Amino acid sequence: MEQKLPRWIDIGLLPLINILAAFFVAGIIIAVIGENPFAALSVLVKGAFIYKGALGYTLFYATNFIFTGLAVAVAFHASLFNIGGEGQAMVGGLGLGLVALMLDPLLPPLLVVFIALPAAVVFGAFWGVIPGWLQAKRGSHIVITTIMFNFIAASLMVWLLAGMLMAPGQMSPETRSFADGVALAHFHTLLSYGGISVAKSPLNLSFVIALIACVAVWVLIWRTRLGYVIRATGQSEQAVIYAGHSPAKIIIITMAISGGLAGLMALNEILGVQQRVILNFTSGYGFTGIAVALMGRNHPIGILLASLLFGALYQGGAELDFEFQTITREMVLMIQGLIILFSGALAYMFNPLVTRVFSSFISASKGPE
Amino acid sequence: MTVTHKQAKGSDTVPFAISLRGVEKTFGAVCANHNIDLDICTGDIHGIIGENGAGKSTLVSILYGFYRADAGTIRVFGKERTLRSTADAIAAGIGMVHQHFMLVPTFTVLENIILGHEGTESLAKGFEAARVELAQLAARYGLDVDLDAVIEDFPVGLQQRVEILKALYRGANILILDEPTGVLTPQETDQLFDILRALKEQGVTILLITHKLREIMAITDHVSVMRGGEMVAHKRRSDTTPEELAEIMVGRPVRTDGIWHPPSPAQVVLRADNLGLNAEISADSSVLVSEISFALKAGEILGVAGVSGNGQSELLELLAGIRAPSSGSIQIGERHITAEMPSSPSEIKSLSIAHVPEDRHLTGLILSFSAAESMVLGYEEKIAGGMAGWLDREQLGEHCASLMRDFDVRPPDPSLKSSLFSGGNQQKIVLAREMSAAPSILLVGQATRGVDIGAIEFIHKQLIAMRDKGCAIILVSVELDEILTLSDRIMVMNNGSSMGIVERKEADARSIGLLMAGVR
Amino acid sequence: MMAELWLQFVLALDATIRMSTPLIFCAMAGIFSERSGIIDISLEGKMLLSAFAAASLAALTGSAMIGLVGAIIISVLFSLLHGFACITHKGNQVVSGLAINILASGLTVTIGFAIFSQGGQTPFLGREQRFMPLELPFIEVIESLPIIGPSLGVIYSEVISGHNILVWLAFLAVIVTGYVLFRTTFGLRLRAVGEKPEAVDTAGVSVSWMRYKAVIIAGILCGMAGAYLSVAHGGGFVREMTAGKGYIALAAMIFGNWRPVPVLLACLMFGFLEAIAARLQGVDLPVIGQVSTDLILVLPYVLTVILLAGFVGKAVPPRAIGVPYAKER
Repeated sequence: MEQKLPRWIDIGLLPLINILAAFFVAGIIIAVIGENPFAALSVLVKGAFIYKGALGYTLFYATNFIFTGLAVAVAFHASLFNIGGEGQAMVGGLGLGLVALMLDPLLPPLLVVFIALPAAVVFGAFWGVIPGWLQAKRGSHIVITTIMFNFIAASLMVWLLAGMLMAPGQMSPETRSFADGVALAHFHTLLSYGGISVAKSPLNLSFVIALIACVAVWVLIWRTRLGYVIRATGQSEQAVIYAGHSPAKIIIITMAISGGLAGLMALNEILGVQQRVILNFTSGYGFTGIAVALMGRNHPIGILLASLLFGALYQGGAELDFEFQTITREMVLMIQGLIILFSGALAYMFNPLVTRVFSSFISASKGPE
Repeated sequence: MTVTHKQAKGSDTVPFAISLRGVEKTFGAVCANHNIDLDICTGDIHGIIGENGAGKSTLVSILYGFYRADAGTIRVFGKERTLRSTADAIAAGIGMVHQHFMLVPTFTVLENIILGHEGTESLAKGFEAARVELAQLAARYGLDVDLDAVIEDFPVGLQQRVEILKALYRGANILILDEPTGVLTPQETDQLFDILRALKEQGVTILLITHKLREIMAITDHVSVMRGGEMVAHKRRSDTTPEELAEIMVGRPVRTDGIWHPPSPAQVVLRADNLGLNAEISADSSVLVSEISFALKAGEILGVAGVSGNGQSELLELLAGIRAPSSGSIQIGERHITAEMPSSPSEIKSLSIAHVPEDRHLTGLILSFSAAESMVLGYEEKIAGGMAGWLDREQLGEHCASLMRDFDVRPPDPSLKSSLFSGGNQQKIVLAREMSAAPSILLVGQATRGVDIGAIEFIHKQLIAMRDKGCAIILVSVELDEILTLSDRIMVMNNGSSMGIVERKEADARSIGLLMAGVR
Repeated sequence: MMAELWLQFVLALDATIRMSTPLIFCAMAGIFSERSGIIDISLEGKMLLSAFAAASLAALTGSAMIGLVGAIIISVLFSLLHGFACITHKGNQVVSGLAINILASGLTVTIGFAIFSQGGQTPFLGREQRFMPLELPFIEVIESLPIIGPSLGVIYSEVISGHNILVWLAFLAVIVTGYVLFRTTFGLRLRAVGEKPEAVDTAGVSVSWMRYKAVIIAGILCGMAGAYLSVAHGGGFVREMTAGKGYIALAAMIFGNWRPVPVLLACLMFGFLEAIAARLQGVDLPVIGQVSTDLILVLPYVLTVILLAGFVGKAVPPRAIGVPYAKER
């Protein structure tokens, strides 16, 4: 009865079918509101890849999703559902900002960047460790605590940015700008040194850091003993206890790594673009990370691909907003919801169908017995 | 396989309570039930005996409407029935006491009993009517329980009684009990049997599923034996002997000798002194292990026998550092493990103690990991270490491949998922892992539970070989045969305490059985 | 001075009831769903969708009642989607809930923009398109009572009278929830399904169907919450108008240990915090000075975390929660 599917179907075809299903439903909705879904798709693709500077923006958005997607995935490997990427990224940005604001009058900009970077990781990790600790030691459900911690982080940000951190003479809740040079270089600037001219985009060195993070997570999960124990903890805490490890410790460490990765997202937005801490710089990217991780099946390569897709959606979505009367950026949010639904909650809906098609195909090619 | 029909015919006026013909059930490639014929006389206590995996549970699930048979007919009191769901089975008058109780722990006894059969939409009215009926049932069958008590406060014996009452309340006149004594103390077992006899007297037909011969001999009128998914014999209890049933059950004469030869024990390597363990929940002050003392010598196998749930598992966990003792001490070399200075699994490992846990699915393996990964669980550092923090996958594979050869694990594929191996091969993986650490003490829980016969012999030989190399082995097993086959000395546990340690030459199934039952 | 303070207090109580109403509906919805074993973090999304549906339909048809019915239908449809994913396909309940929440954020604005072209909002609703406050009789009679008349009159006219029908329905929902859960056969089965589904299955009752019924009821209640926000309390739909209320309701449900009356009290407490936060904005209090409204508004979340951690009391969720039911083997 249970036919084992070949690997390419399991990790290639099924996820693809799920995504297509999501886009199919999105297409229907677009048609219902009176637009041509194919026209929308073409604008989306052009907006994400073809127009001047589009690719840079797509990769810029993808950078955010790589970080938050990896954060969710690492926790998933320990069977922890970290919904708190959003809050961890906020607090990571806060840490980054505090260090930059404190040190930029004293130290050279490059040094400030070097200190601010780990600060983002440490602050993000801290915001992940508390729910981790509460889960490991007090048995509080991590899903609920991370949700609560998102709201707590958001309030904290409002309170600080509209209060003691607000730039003097400012009316909007944001800090003063960092000193010149406390930033990560943009690709178009870097490439211009080499004589290559590309369109301006916010794509910056964070993208490289994101790629490094992908490799690092892959190594961590599949090539280190810590990763081994993280995966073992995700499968059977009992077995891990018997093997002589402490699941509580592993849960806390995993949440620290997860939170740290989410915190890194702040690099892209704050050091890459804003050069100051603004309210809501995370814009829901932490939640998108969940879609990215689900779609990428918690594997760095899958996450990279999913991040590119979402990067394209966000960038192309902005173009949609521009070109169509009745389509707004929120269309992207809708597609994101559909992808989480089909790649996550309904991930195995098409399994029986595909299995049936596959086995009838096999028996047909074998011919009658 | 020819089936010997020796059971009494249902008389012309009274049809069989249950009559099966040609019942089939396959799961994928596995044939769980093949061509099952079975007649159960009304008013009988009928036993079905068979080893783990003989197909008893599948058959019971078919009778209770959990699975649908692929082929065959089911008659209940002479009427052909299609049991599509549990509701159908209940309507046909079949009640079931599951191995794991189907009771809502936070509900009261009354709530549990009427669940699904409340009668009216208003609970108050349903309760009222049920109380009246239950009072009658209780009086008739001598099943007294406090209807307003909450289930989770009840000991298992009482919970089981609630299950029986629940089935009767739902109108069962055929009661199926699936391995009912697995979790019971000997006293509770006796009480259960008293209840079953009372039920029989009132005309209830009882189907008792078990793998314990003693129970079959104690209470049944007829017994059917299953092996490998087939019904291989039907016997009248008074016409058979435990030896004969055991032989039919395993398909060969039971041997308890052959592998064993005298040990040459050396110095004491582990000493337990008045070891005790109390239940962790403060409100429940029950004692799990009390005043266990023994000295384990290098080069001997100390068997720990007992009915499951008499503290053996907890003793194993104490020795393995998973639980801290509440009193007493464990001495290993210079180290004294006490309540004040508890140990941990990692420390125990560093004291050269290896542990084959009782439940390989839950604690022995990571089912979703490859065999190579499961093969180093707890020994990652030692085997696949290399650079600090690194997991050397090549080494992992080689290590696994070589152990698979040594322990004859099939298929010998290190990249295969642990869950895809058979029970015997999974157990070999765990054993290979723990034995290859060359421990000076080996703790083994249920060495061969759910393991096929070929693998059992292999595993037994490995344990004896390990002993001969000077390893001290503690073997906890609920299979008395296994204990008698391998042990040099046998400690019998009952209700958390030791009933004494018996030398091999003084031990036989009868004397150990009495000690297990708490009779000194 | 005293009279002024008293009036402020009474007005805060009145606001508390208004703020608590959507929380109560959603929290009761959560109780039904989670008591049956289905985690429901999609309270927020369903409320948002139904707020949008109610406002749109009220604007298009001119009838608040049609808005309410539409809100309930939409909410139930998404409940069924949640059930389809979690019950039929045994999907992850948190993932499914999250998907619905994000989908709701996107869908409401997308469709709203397409229909009304007002940046995702619906047109402002007039009196006749909304559920308006119901003034209770006898206000004069009570005010004219000797001694207690004036103070009782203020409470009666401000706190008790002057609420729309949905407010009353919310409080009624608490009573009905309590009755259904603990006094009916349906409730017994529903609770059993969330504690030990095997027991229900072996009693011959369908676990899936029980859970579907539970999420449908949750959908109905969320629909009322949404309609309250957009066609009763407010006069139209604004994007993201639920603003985390679904999650606060979730917190209240945990805080009240999945029991209707304690959950009601938690909703009122969280509603009260919201009410005074609004009142204390920029107000100088004696001794403590200005209190940050952000810090008041974050209290529900902080308190829930503290409770979940078992530092005060202990949250005991239904035992089978979050676990899809599969027959053994």
